Amino acid sequence: MSKVLMKGNEAIAEAAIRGGCKFFFGYPITPQNELPEYMSRELPKHGGVFLQAESEVAAINMVYGAAGAGGRVMTSSSSPGIALKQEGISYIAGANLPAVIVNIVRGGPGLGGIQPAQSDYNQVTRGGGDGDYKMPVFVPANLQEMVDIMMEAFDIADYYRNPVMVVGDGMIGQMMEPIEFKKPVPRELPVKDWITTGTKGERKPNIINSLFLEASDLENHNLEAQEKYAEMVKNETRVENYNMEKPELVLTAYGTTSRICKNVIAEFKKEGIEIGLIRPITVWPFPHKAFEDIPESAKGILVVEMSQGQMIDDVKIANNGRLPIGFHGRSGGMIPDPQDIILKVREMLGGVK
Amino acid sequence: MAIVYDKSKGLTDVELHFCPGCTHGTVHKLVAEVLVELDVLEKSVGVAPVGCSALSYDYFNCDMQQASHGRAPAVATGIKRVNPELVVWTYQGDGDLASIGTAEIIHVAHRGEKITTIFINNAIYGMTGGQMAPTTLIGQKTTTTQDGRTVEHSGKPLKMAEMLATIDGAKFVERVSVDTPTNIRKAKKAIRKAFELQLSGKGFGIVEVLSTCPTNWALTPRDSLQWLRDNMMPYYPLGNFRTPEEDE
Amino acid sequence: MAKGKVTFNTDICKGCELCIDVCPVNIIVMDETMINVKGFHPATVNDMEKCIGCGNCAITCPDSVIKVERF
Repeated sequence: MSKVLMKGNEAIAEAAIRGGCKFFFGYPITPQNELPEYMSRELPKHGGVFLQAESEVAAINMVYGAAGAGGRVMTSSSSPGIALKQEGISYIAGANLPAVIVNIVRGGPGLGGIQPAQSDYNQVTRGGGDGDYKMPVFVPANLQEMVDIMMEAFDIADYYRNPVMVVGDGMIGQMMEPIEFKKPVPRELPVKDWITTGTKGERKPNIINSLFLEASDLENHNLEAQEKYAEMVKNETRVENYNMEKPELVLTAYGTTSRICKNVIAEFKKEGIEIGLIRPITVWPFPHKAFEDIPESAKGILVVEMSQGQMIDDVKIANNGRLPIGFHGRSGGMIPDPQDIILKVREMLGGVK
Repeated sequence: MAIVYDKSKGLTDVELHFCPGCTHGTVHKLVAEVLVELDVLEKSVGVAPVGCSALSYDYFNCDMQQASHGRAPAVATGIKRVNPELVVWTYQGDGDLASIGTAEIIHVAHRGEKITTIFINNAIYGMTGGQMAPTTLIGQKTTTTQDGRTVEHSGKPLKMAEMLATIDGAKFVERVSVDTPTNIRKAKKAIRKAFELQLSGKGFGIVEVLSTCPTNWALTPRDSLQWLRDNMMPYYPLGNFRTPEEDE
Repeated sequence: MAKGKVTFNTDICKGCELCIDVCPVNIIVMDETMINVKGFHPATVNDMEKCIGCGNCAITCPDSVIKVERF
């Protein structure tokens, strides 16, 4: 399979189509515009339907309807747009509907900016909608990984009958990299006998719904969902342990920021100093075990984010007080500079070596 | 023995929870009867709103989806775009459609979405206990206009049928009432036409139904019908506002 | 001779009385002699002989309580 040079947003769209996506409902918002644009041109060629909604709120509700009718469906947006979709995502989770939601993160809060950021961590992992719902949240670091995940995302959504979120930052959406489209290992998917296709006189009506006025019914509904989420924690947690054999210090970062950290690690290698990196590929489920397995050699953990510090809370939970934790973050679209990270590492290592 | 009237097959055997004399029930019957008479019940998917009729997914004997407040037209769009063979419709109250969901209803009309909307206008929020709706009349007392709604404070009530009729994609727009047997029969005809429009694939159809809310109007069911005639009909004239060209 | 026959699913009736006003021969009343499972006096016909089988009551009833047949 030959590699092709593609822009992130377009690669995501192409991967989605190859992953079986047939329906896309979205709304313009920088920095993800090329994704709906690509879908508007390409999806119809594959027998699919693209529709630009009147708002992100309408778009996510179209996704709800399409998923309930059995369609392989996705939407994409960016930070404030994802905020508008939170109620819809909660409904999709509450009604056990499969759908893929792509978030190309931009600086916030509010209108914020259009440059890359990772300041949606809390919004995507703790869920901005109401209720105890969860969804797998992938944070690829490059276009190949993004494409691989997108081609698998619809199967994951169908397997669990749950929304799945795939998060890039503005850089991943905008940059070009050579990629190839590799068929993922297919999953054993349950038959969709619950979708609204019309009873055709053959069965009782199917109802897509998240309303349970009877409190005990709603609690049981939640308990069933918790079993599903536990299975996700077991099967879908993904992390890269990079140079973690005997690190003196452990960096932790995801997405674009993790690539900068790998450059930092290369610099210290030249000085004979081994620095490790724990790179979450899913931020929900969060890779707690990777932190529990940090070797004794490590003096501390340095969290690097394109935000004022959000993943750091999960790192603290996973660390459970074991090691000192440092933080280096840029936000608003500023990208962390390797030199700043290097200084922070030296500081944590106890002065200049 | 010929049957003049019996409960429609389009309704399940779940008892309606609506308050005594609430005409939601009447309109539920009409929608169910039309779906059966057009022989589309088994390929029909209805979308229930948030409001008194949220539970209608238990009442209609066909596949249903329950939508978040105001978003039923968007949910219906998603369904129809996935499976254009389905007869897709929304059933919404005035809080759902004329307040939080105005963008959604305007844009299914704007797109000429091939779905049908049944819009219940009872000039108040029922489920939540009687607050002002965009369709609440001037001077009408509600729990959030306790001295009566005033134009100066919250504007004049919205006339949705007239508003939507200005949008080309809304090919059938009619306002009806269910306050008398004659009007109920006329309402059924309009609902049938709206669904026939969907079957013809010509565009979006909506029927606005003037309806009562005895509990929150604090009137008996019979007095409520009279209140509707005396107060709502003058402001919300019945009639057709859009119908496909060849009928004109 | 009655032209129509009206039957009520009394347990579903909510006593809203809307059927009373629409009967052209005014034979529908609320049955004060009993209370249904919901605690309402259900609607009933007090003179079936006069029924013309027009169906107005059934059409009006919001809860599909009434079935009308015609001989």
